[in-house]
Amino acid sequence: MSGQTLYDKLWNQHLVKQRDDGTALIYIDRQLLHEVTSPQAFEGLRLANRKPWRLDANLATPDHNVPTTVKERAEGNSGIKDPVSLIQVQTLDDNCLEYGIEEFKINDPRQGIVHVVGPEQGATLPGMTVVCGDSHTATHGAFGALAHGIGTSEVEHVLATQCLLAQKMKNMQVRVEGELGLGVTAKDVVLAIIGEIGTAGGTGYAIEFAGSAIASLSMEGRMTVCNMAIEAGARVGLIAVDDTTIDYLAERPFAPTAEQWDAAVADWRQLVSDADAQFDKVVTLKAEDIEPQVSWGTSPEMVTGISGQVPDPQAAKDETVQRSHARALEYMGLQANQKITDIKLDKVFIGSCTNSRIEDLREAAKVAKGKKVADSIQLAMVVPGSGLVKRQAEAEGLDKIFTEAGFEWREPGCSMCLAMNADKLGAGEHCASTSNRNFEGRQGYGGRTHLVSPAMAAAAAIAGHFVDVRTLPANDANHAQEA
Amino acid sequence: MKKFERFEGVVAPLDRANVDTDLIIPKQFLKSIKRTGFGVNLFDELRYLDEGQPGQDCSQRPLNPDFVLNQPRYQGAEVLLARRNFGCGSSREHAPWALEDFGFKVVIAPSFADIFYNNAFKNGILLITLAEEEVDRLFAEAEAREGYQLDVDLENQRVITPSGEILEFEVDEFRKHCLLNGLDDIGITLQDEDAIRRFEEKHRRQRPWLFRQPA
Repeated sequence: MSGQTLYDKLWNQHLVKQRDDGTALIYIDRQLLHEVTSPQAFEGLRLANRKPWRLDANLATPDHNVPTTVKERAEGNSGIKDPVSLIQVQTLDDNCLEYGIEEFKINDPRQGIVHVVGPEQGATLPGMTVVCGDSHTATHGAFGALAHGIGTSEVEHVLATQCLLAQKMKNMQVRVEGELGLGVTAKDVVLAIIGEIGTAGGTGYAIEFAGSAIASLSMEGRMTVCNMAIEAGARVGLIAVDDTTIDYLAERPFAPTAEQWDAAVADWRQLVSDADAQFDKVVTLKAEDIEPQVSWGTSPEMVTGISGQVPDPQAAKDETVQRSHARALEYMGLQANQKITDIKLDKVFIGSCTNSRIEDLREAAKVAKGKKVADSIQLAMVVPGSGLVKRQAEAEGLDKIFTEAGFEWREPGCSMCLAMNADKLGAGEHCASTSNRNFEGRQGYGGRTHLVSPAMAAAAAIAGHFVDVRTLPANDANHAQEA
Repeated sequence: MKKFERFEGVVAPLDRANVDTDLIIPKQFLKSIKRTGFGVNLFDELRYLDEGQPGQDCSQRPLNPDFVLNQPRYQGAEVLLARRNFGCGSSREHAPWALEDFGFKVVIAPSFADIFYNNAFKNGILLITLAEEEVDRLFAEAEAREGYQLDVDLENQRVITPSGEILEFEVDEFRKHCLLNGLDDIGITLQDEDAIRRFEEKHRRQRPWLFRQPA
């Protein structure tokens, strides 16, 4: 019998019951809650007169709707000007209070984007099953945890039963071998992977990211890669546990201590795929082939290297793709064969659960240091992923670098990644964004999103258009990777 | 959840691949804390010519006459015919809530995104995966003939076209059972309460750090 993949191990460790009909009950160790996908779940519990199964498995924080301007945040919930958003945040507060679920409220220094907060607190641990009513829950797989994005009915199901009804996925391994070039980051790696396998390439699979280029990434970089597994169609992204994982977790508030730490570490060391494990599909990329990426279309697979150009829809492989590309170009206001570096920008957004951690901000700050945002850019904003990331960045003086360069330095939240709060694009505006989705209207009605790394976003803010960070003078972008 | 019964319904063809959940229901409508009322904003950015706001009276908004669901021949459609990777993107259950609220009972496509697939079934919507060629053929037929209807028979896992052609489809037994009987799966899971408790005790003994809270 062949060995087990990391996914197989995590599945088996949480299997409560395998049913004859192919479904299984999987035990859930951690549920993260936010204001958008939980109210109907709590309401469902209430209507059915059910109680949460295990309160301490849950951790909540508002993130999608919260304002990010300093002035509004100083007012707490009353700073939320949109009455509908306010009700949603208030409802999360009320539900957490009623049921006794721990919540980091709007102005708690630990508040932030759920996928930044969980790992930062050590509330995400290797070997856990983690769920959240948010598709970017795949982020937590960077710790060797089995992390799923789920819908609201499933949020309710997990609250009520501590289990998820699931079917085992197939195993895919995506290997990135070799050494990444200077200025090429985790974001570029995952965009290149999505460009390679497509937005449905991982449907039905749990993807394990492996290979020397993945192993060389920091935890922040690994989270960026796993975060976007869903953009390749996979609910689950995973990376094996190693020293980098364990070093990151030591002394985090929710992490084990003393003897329990040693026992936990011994257990976590097993969370790797066996050498003889069989994958249903293996895809390999060469790290050297990956250059800084920029998305040009309205799906994350519509992406190319910075030296590339917008494709000609006529050249696409089949009619469906031709039509998609043609429609994307029309929506984006781009021409076939236009050079990526010729795309002019109106706004720049550095933030989101993909790229708002301390290392992301350091990379962007290195590029921005001593420079000025181009006059043609109407707004360049940096939105840290959590209150703790913000404090850390301020302790390192990154906020000063950004504000001196002309970026706005904001309070933590999801912000312009999905524009549920006041941070949004106007119709027709082009934005260099470190977020994860370039769908039509995602960042605002008629807005045009280009997905890039933090260093590329900062460089674009300064130039007013996309530039290759690798060509910038030494001491800034060329060393962006070292943080 | 209502029981899913065999029906014949008008088919609306949405000829677009990778329809994402932002397109199915844009983010500004996710602020509601209810499960209902999303139907008027289904495909909001495709359906209307202006930018929609939550709580707005949509009957006064300018419609996009080219959009399939605005065409008179597709009024009352209960079957949505779609292209590959339908429902990709976010986990928002507001997407199936909007489809259901609008009146769709079935979506037929060559493939669906995983999270959307789960969410739809939990709201009584049947997703039918057919081969790309079969979907192509249904598109051609539905566009060619006004009032084109399909007979959807979940019990026997088949779709019957007006010409009598039978297209069989796969669906897993558990989801089929829940749909046909209108079952709430929390209730079903809680029948295994003892098994869950036994598992939890063993899990806690083996890996106590997973149950730890900060001091």
